[in-house]
Amino acid sequence: MLDSNKDSLKLEAMKRIVAMIARGKNASDLFPAVVKNVACKNIEVKKLVYVYLVRYAEEQQDLALLSISTFQRGLKDPNQLIRASALRVLSSIRVTIIVPIMMLAIKEAASDMSPYVRKTAAHAIPKLYSLDPEQKDQLIEVIEKLLADKTTLVAGSVVMAFEEVCPERIDLIHKNYRKLCNLLIDVEEWGQVVIINMLTRYARTQFLNPNINESLLEEGSGGDKTFYGSDEDEDEDEEEKEKNAEAPAMAKRKPYVMDPDHRLLLRNTKPLLQSRNAAVVMAVAQLYFHLAPKAEVGVIAKALVRLLRSHSEVQYVVLQNVATMTIKRRGMFEPYLKSFYIRSTDPTQIKVLKLEVLTNLANETNISTILREFQTYIKSMDKDFVAATIQAIGRCATNIGEVRDTCLNGLVQLLSNRDELVVAESVVVIKKLLQMQPEKHSDIIKHMAKLTDNIQVPMARASILWLIGEYCEHVPKIAPDVLRKMAKSFTNEEDIVKLQIINLAAKLYLTNSKQTKLLTQYVLNLAKYDQNYDIRDRARFIRQLIVPTEKSGALSKYAKKLFLALKPAPVLESPFKDRDHFQLGSLSHLLNAKAGGYQELPDWPEAAPDPSVRNVEVKDSVRAVGTVPEWTKCSSREKRKEKKVEKPFYSDSEGESGPTESADSESDSASGSESGSGSEESGSGSESVESEEGSESEEEEEDEEEKNKKKKKKELKKPVQEIKLLSLFPVEPAPSPQVTPVNTFLSNSLVTDLEGLSLSDTVLSPATIAPSSALKNYELLHRITGEGLSVEYCFSRQPFSPDANMVAVQMQFTNNATSDTKNLHMEDVKLQSGMRVKEFPEIELLPAGETAAAVMGIDFCDSTQAANFQLCTHTKKFFVSIQPPVGELMRPIFLTENEFKKEQGES
Amino acid sequence: MIHSLFLINHSGDIFLEKHWKSVISRSVCDYFFEAREKAVDPENVPPVLQTPHHYLISIYRGKLFFLSVIQTEVAPLFVIEFLHRVADTIQDYFGECSEGIIKDNIVTVYELLEEMLDNGFPLATESNVLKEMIRPPTILRSVVNTLTGSSNVGDTLPTGQLSNVPWRRAGVKYTNNEAYFDVIEEIDAILDKSGTTVFAEIQGVIEACVRLTGMPDLTLSFMNPRLLDDVSFHPCVRFKRWESERVLSFIPPDGNFTLMNYHVSSQNLVAIPVYVKQSISFFETGPCGRLDITIGPKQTMGKTVENMMVTIHMPKAVLNANLTATQGTYTYDLTTKVLVWDIGKLNPQKLPNLRGSLSTQVGVPKPEDNPSLNIDLKIQQLAISGLKVSRLDMYGEKYKPFKGVKYLTKAGKFQVRT
Repeated sequence: MLDSNKDSLKLEAMKRIVAMIARGKNASDLFPAVVKNVACKNIEVKKLVYVYLVRYAEEQQDLALLSISTFQRGLKDPNQLIRASALRVLSSIRVTIIVPIMMLAIKEAASDMSPYVRKTAAHAIPKLYSLDPEQKDQLIEVIEKLLADKTTLVAGSVVMAFEEVCPERIDLIHKNYRKLCNLLIDVEEWGQVVIINMLTRYARTQFLNPNINESLLEEGSGGDKTFYGSDEDEDEDEEEKEKNAEAPAMAKRKPYVMDPDHRLLLRNTKPLLQSRNAAVVMAVAQLYFHLAPKAEVGVIAKALVRLLRSHSEVQYVVLQNVATMTIKRRGMFEPYLKSFYIRSTDPTQIKVLKLEVLTNLANETNISTILREFQTYIKSMDKDFVAATIQAIGRCATNIGEVRDTCLNGLVQLLSNRDELVVAESVVVIKKLLQMQPEKHSDIIKHMAKLTDNIQVPMARASILWLIGEYCEHVPKIAPDVLRKMAKSFTNEEDIVKLQIINLAAKLYLTNSKQTKLLTQYVLNLAKYDQNYDIRDRARFIRQLIVPTEKSGALSKYAKKLFLALKPAPVLESPFKDRDHFQLGSLSHLLNAKAGGYQELPDWPEAAPDPSVRNVEVKDSVRAVGTVPEWTKCSSREKRKEKKVEKPFYSDSEGESGPTESADSESDSASGSESGSGSEESGSGSESVESEEGSESEEEEEDEEEKNKKKKKKELKKPVQEIKLLSLFPVEPAPSPQVTPVNTFLSNSLVTDLEGLSLSDTVLSPATIAPSSALKNYELLHRITGEGLSVEYCFSRQPFSPDANMVAVQMQFTNNATSDTKNLHMEDVKLQSGMRVKEFPEIELLPAGETAAAVMGIDFCDSTQAANFQLCTHTKKFFVSIQPPVGELMRPIFLTENEFKKEQGES
Repeated sequence: MIHSLFLINHSGDIFLEKHWKSVISRSVCDYFFEAREKAVDPENVPPVLQTPHHYLISIYRGKLFFLSVIQTEVAPLFVIEFLHRVADTIQDYFGECSEGIIKDNIVTVYELLEEMLDNGFPLATESNVLKEMIRPPTILRSVVNTLTGSSNVGDTLPTGQLSNVPWRRAGVKYTNNEAYFDVIEEIDAILDKSGTTVFAEIQGVIEACVRLTGMPDLTLSFMNPRLLDDVSFHPCVRFKRWESERVLSFIPPDGNFTLMNYHVSSQNLVAIPVYVKQSISFFETGPCGRLDITIGPKQTMGKTVENMMVTIHMPKAVLNANLTATQGTYTYDLTTKVLVWDIGKLNPQKLPNLRGSLSTQVGVPKPEDNPSLNIDLKIQQLAISGLKVSRLDMYGEKYKPFKGVKYLTKAGKFQVRT
């Protein structure tokens, strides 16, 4: 069927083959027949052929090579999606011969203009690495390049590649750290998990422990403080001397200040606790657990408790992590105690984990409620769970002294339970508890001695016997009697019980040899002929030790000391103790064993590495003439940082900018006095443009920002300048060129702008403003989507002569297609109410390869709403939209000081 | 990352396998089968297993095991969450997630899996994006397909992945523009023997069904957003707006989706809509016991309680139940020992009652543990927490959509201990 000419038959055949693959049947015989169809025109057949190829290429390397050329052609396709899918399949073919081809393809794709293709390139990196690890160095270069990418689409995938190829190259992250933090919220959820995990590790190497002060305060004694408090001069001296002392000592005196980047990470990850994806929530939770100051860790508790409503597998993992956290930070989960209460319908493994958490949370104040809760659990039908509950009670009793007696009484009551398992488990736990304070509880021991008649579970019997033997002095009358009974049933006992009988006999012999000498002899004789060699050994050993013979050595003198030495009480510990040395939420943590490829979470550094490595150099705009003065540069960088921090949620700005900002900008144009606030708006406006055009190159963005900053400066400066100038040259009429010498500290481009200034009362005629050299071109229609026609526009900052209220938009049409384009015009303009458009005159003919320009006017009505319209050629229509940055909506107005003050008074 | 996926049915047959990297032999599943043997219930199989060379992470959904094979360190929740997403997608496409359905659509499922992961890393998991690439089957289309021989693979490429809002596909058009929101609240509660509340909280979810043309930007606001203690959102919701104004602002995905989950804390008093009077006792002498349950309305805010149902897991020793119900019907499953009493609508005038005797096995000591009662109920047109949607606004599009909000209260994990 595959050789058929009909696509439908081919498709049917391919479907059957894929179904075979899915069921796990071998379909490799068909390889040659399938490969032939790789160039098939039908996209459905093509997809299925790809599926087949990826699955079997490894087994049939030679034949797979036949298909490579198709993909190489695909890599050059003008459609980004076809480029991406070609790269995806090419990189999935695990054939070593094509490694160089793949390398080349990845490198090319990494600098593709489409972020989607770049993302695919990032995906291809680990594939190539697993195929040929020797390419590592070259791949790292590609990763470094992709890490600098500014789009959210790429970020997650490239960090994934980073983690698989070179997780040790933490230095690659420095420059991208802030960007990653800021982009994080808009990255797709799976990428978020990977980035957060990576940043946790990064932060551990780069920042100081935020809890260092607390741990020092706990250690620090009062003496130190009085010493420093008494004599401050001496204190200073010492500081001088100890300047080179180790970091913790310095931290003690200097209050810890968190690195702003550390803070940035914490702040930007916090909203992700609200993610619907459990993996993201867990990732943020572990980040906070490992990195946040103690006081702030609490926020994660609520989100983790929420996850407990999810699928049981999610619960399982979350509870494991919560169990670890509760050991270190008990207070965090205490308010949510009741959320860990157990339902009879929970699976057993969940019940046991909840129990673990409840036990960890128990303290003096809540123990009574917890114990009451435990009481209901004991009645459960699930016996494994009941056993675990009894263990938990035991642990509560050991940890909290006040309730030990209550617990013990409760457990003793359980001894009369009908279920043997329950009784046995209680006996074992009671034994452990009694070891702590045996004196008070001889009656319990007596009670337990009676149980030996009924209890059949070996572990429990053994425990009772051990108890009686250990504390035989407290129950002098009963002990020999128990031994007698046991001796009778010795041959029928389990091995573990037999060993304890021997122990009991030995101990009694030492303390009360009168009554038990014969019994002991009897037991030892029985043991001597036992089937188990352990028991025979033990019997022989004990006989030599305790029964005095002429040959017995020095040891027998110490027999009593050996057997009845005080034994330390066992400590009942959580199995989750010390698990937190694994990164929480990781596979290794769950298994409590290091999984392959696990990256250790490094300890905090003693001294923080240089934070300046994370500074991103501000690339001076190429177009800005001369150098930017130092002070502008600094402040602009600071500003930028601030702003980024304030606006983590990029997508917000698009939706909101319209209504909220329009009001502001209105007042702007009304009164120049508010130019300060207005320029701030322009900053955020430009930001929203940036987020739209994620693919815009970095430089341009920076330029834009820089420019806005400068503009802001300008606008802020203007009134001040004038005042200053007026006071300096009160009599001089001061035409604009004279201003220049005073402004030397401003950038040259600013100077050129200022040349247009005049101090006359009349509003400066706008025509005199030379179009700034730093006009930014925006893309209206891309070459590929426009099928050869590309359109760029810029705000020319010229007055639009037909209507003064309109903003002039300079459009530039370029015909990259091979054929001519005719009748270029606008149609179907969609606007927000109040907005108006003056269309550009129709362009009759745009020959291939030519460029034409036109001007249109838009009255944006002082809002940043986009103007949507269709761009029509003689064959096609394209939907396009123009959205202005706020800065482009403003017009410079010049006021005298008096006017300025007047306006100010009015507004 | 995720190396391979095996789908295993209840009886332990592997009926689908997919490898994203090199092929891993099926024999790796033997470790899983071993663990499956050991655990009595399928729910008790540990989700994460360690084998000499691989790690197995599995989930249990719809009587199927989704078993993934991992080779290196990866966050287990990452895998678990992804597997659930696979199950959700299958459910979304075919209406249910069962062995039969998957076997019938094995090629489509295989293609879906191919698109969802690339080299073991999730690529496209948004259902809107996937549906653009691989169209879900409908009856009409399957008829057309058999006639024309075309398949469900979309011939467009996934443009959704390129956009700023990957969850919404472009060029949506409807003649009727509608947006429906269902506010569904579940009461999780544990009541003790005497009827006092041990623990109660409300878990809510807002399910949305949005069929709107173009790129609408919606804003949903509440009368009393302070009630919400903890929330989680669909990625489309702008978190900033929620933080500052307590409104949900979002560009919705097309079709059905879960807008938000919320939690009303146990600190607030939770109204318990019904009370239960029950006594289950077993006699020391003679193989029988007695059961008497009465249910009445408590705080229902004037609404009727519907779909009442009581489920009891009886102790193993209970052989049979001989009961009479004043309302509804009861069934007792002898093999699973589950007693189900289906009551239906709760009538406040005549309280439903179930009483009678239980016969237990002869010669076995009486069961000492009393089974707990699991209660199911529904109250239409009421959100028990009192949450109210105040308005829904739309920006960005010109037409007037049809809007609707529905409230529903259900019992979640509602348990009465005895």
